[in-house]
Amino acid sequence: MLMKIAIVRFGGSNCDLDVQKALNNLGVHAELVWYKEALEGFDGAVIPGGFSYGDYLRAGAIAARTKIMQSVREMASDGKPILGICNGAQILTESNLVPGTFTLNQYPKFICKWVKLLKIGRSPFTSLSSEVVKLPIAHKEGRYVVPPELLKELYENDQVVFKYVDDKGRPTSAVNPNGSQDNIAAVSNLEKNVLAMMPHPERASEKLLGSVDGNTVFESMIRYINAL
Amino acid sequence: MLFRAEITVKLKNGMLDPEAATIKKALKHLGYDCRSVKQAAIFELEFEADSRQNATDVAQGMCQRLLANPIIHDYSIVLV
Repeated sequence: MLMKIAIVRFGGSNCDLDVQKALNNLGVHAELVWYKEALEGFDGAVIPGGFSYGDYLRAGAIAARTKIMQSVREMASDGKPILGICNGAQILTESNLVPGTFTLNQYPKFICKWVKLLKIGRSPFTSLSSEVVKLPIAHKEGRYVVPPELLKELYENDQVVFKYVDDKGRPTSAVNPNGSQDNIAAVSNLEKNVLAMMPHPERASEKLLGSVDGNTVFESMIRYINAL
Repeated sequence: MLFRAEITVKLKNGMLDPEAATIKKALKHLGYDCRSVKQAAIFELEFEADSRQNATDVAQGMCQRLLANPIIHDYSIVLV
């Protein structure tokens, strides 16, 4: 049967079509699902970036309390892969599907630039990625904050997935774009099938865009679904 | 009974507050040298509840489920 991945849209999502194109390029049927519609019959889901509900209250806070997130939660507990990108990542942390939170950048402005990321540990979303990937970030609330005792657990359970690094692959404070704890750019749930990542893989999915490294995130997700 | 609640949500002590740091700098430009500046969000709500206790419980629920993020925020509730 043909694989079907849902792209969940909220008012203010704006990277939905980019994600759809990136997935289509990889031969996957990706369907846009408005948050009031039923989320049924999908093998995985992507929550794309944007500014859902104008980032009112906190980025991702309102979208996280919508009904469709209950369906996302059910998909996650069924072991299906859920990928949250940028605002999607903020929605996943606000939903408590992934620990910690993404809040205002250390220097409180919107940043849009290319970053280098080091793959940490093993994740279903990076099995096909090389050690260091080049992806763009575009956010104002991307500083990852997590209480110290939880941070320890994240490392023990291999939940840290990407870190911002320099050209030599070192997570220095100089290349930490937003003040994230330990340069963390992507985190997963304990079971590893839900990933919250601030960088945009869909914006690095064609040569014309400057990098194709983002495809490896989607390809890894597809590979994971095929193995389920 | 109609209750009015004033809920204050602010960053926990020790949490980095880049906006407040920027405001502190701007105050300094105006000649006000503050040792520290903190900012908070205040929500003024009116809602029906059976009793004062019930109103407090409802306000607590609102804070825990939406208004505050327990990782970074503390909140306080005043019924007025």
